[in-house]
Amino acid sequence: MSNIPSNLMYLESHEWARTEADGTVTVGITDHAQKALGDLVFVEVPEVGRTLAKGAQAAVVESVKAASDVYSPISGEVVAHNAALQGSPELVNQDPYGEGWLFRIKPSDPAELEQLLDADAYGKIVAEES
Amino acid sequence: MGFKTPLYETHVAAGARMVDFGGWDMPLHYGSQIEEHHAVRRDAGMFDVSHMLTTDILGARSREFLRYLLANDVGKLKTPGKALYSCMLNENGGVVDDLIVYFIDEVWFRVVLNAATREKDLAWLQRHAAPFQVQIRPRTDLAMIAIQGPRAREKVAAVLGERIEGARDLQPFQARALGPYFVSRTGYTGEDGLEIALPASEAAALWQRLHAAGVAQCGLGARDTLRLEAGMNLYGNDMDESVSPLESGLGWTVAFEPPERDFIGRSALEALRARGVARKLVGLVLEDRGVLRRHQKVIVPQVGEGEITSGTFSPTLERSIGLARVPAATTDSVEVDIRGKRLPARVVKYPFVRNGKVLI
Repeated sequence: MSNIPSNLMYLESHEWARTEADGTVTVGITDHAQKALGDLVFVEVPEVGRTLAKGAQAAVVESVKAASDVYSPISGEVVAHNAALQGSPELVNQDPYGEGWLFRIKPSDPAELEQLLDADAYGKIVAEES
Repeated sequence: MGFKTPLYETHVAAGARMVDFGGWDMPLHYGSQIEEHHAVRRDAGMFDVSHMLTTDILGARSREFLRYLLANDVGKLKTPGKALYSCMLNENGGVVDDLIVYFIDEVWFRVVLNAATREKDLAWLQRHAAPFQVQIRPRTDLAMIAIQGPRAREKVAAVLGERIEGARDLQPFQARALGPYFVSRTGYTGEDGLEIALPASEAAALWQRLHAAGVAQCGLGARDTLRLEAGMNLYGNDMDESVSPLESGLGWTVAFEPPERDFIGRSALEALRARGVARKLVGLVLEDRGVLRRHQKVIVPQVGEGEITSGTFSPTLERSIGLARVPAATTDSVEVDIRGKRLPARVVKYPFVRNGKVLI
């Protein structure tokens, strides 16, 4: 069974988003996504300072099995990325909602967050897929 | 719902991620395919290969039949138990399947066929067997477990004790029937190890005992990265009925000598040789981050284009490796189109890794 924390928001394409105390939004891929991909071998995160539109291709996660694009759940500027993933892509497998985060965005339109899926809605999508 | 091996329930109970492989429900991995890969390179791991079809060829003219059926020459098999790798070709020189053939005695040979091609292969064998009056007997009553790695034989010996005593002195590429077990020192990983064919009803118990003795359970994911590091072809990826072994890095397995031996596909291969073989299979190492994958386009500047036939991330080398079919004039470097970017790759002699050592 996949772990789907109830305090996060989700995209149908298996990204999660978490609003931090400072208003920035941390993004990663879900437990279901990392399990489906298998062992990750490369992660390409967006440069700090890059501006992303909601739904834009932001990162690439590549496993032994396949390369997969990661989309930005919201519009805004990248304010941080997880540099540790360059040497340790397996962090995404081991801790997808923690040490395996991908990048952090300063949202240009926080209202976009309301369009994301909650854990129940995302859980239904995962259940349909498996 | 696919076909299931006698170990299916064992895999599911172990939490394996099951996938379809050639119509069979098989384990991809049991958690981490990279850890399973390292277990085989460094210690011992085991694979369920019961989806492959063991088939016995019985009759006085078995050797004669196989010398006609196979591109490698079964005439080389002089010691009982000795094994040989060969392609089975069609009349056009295309590869119907690749297999290992064992010489057990003059009236009993054994071949092990790929899972995805087993029905096609059986039909092919039946079709050509009649004039030689040999019997083709598929052994669906058998399961097969491959135990591979530097400590594989020692761990098998610890579990099976006297039952396997007779296999202690087996040389590489040699096999022996020990009661209900058929034990061969062969594999598909580039490491030492054994493959044990045994009654299907005994497979789950042996698997559990090997696991308890510290043999890692390994899935098809690790099997693929191990075989590719070892520079071994995969049927359906690196060769199929549309290409000859001469364009697939398998020229060494075609026995043109002695010239009087006729085999299916011989005249087509001789014609191809006379015309000149236009393509070859090469090993590639990607210099940058990224992963070579099957069907990516290979660009050879000033020469032409080719295609990746197998590609993966190599857990041992920690970078991507692959096999590619390219124009024969290709020398030492190429570019590969990976998701719209052209990345440089180095052409290398494979195997990439054997017996735990990096060779490139």
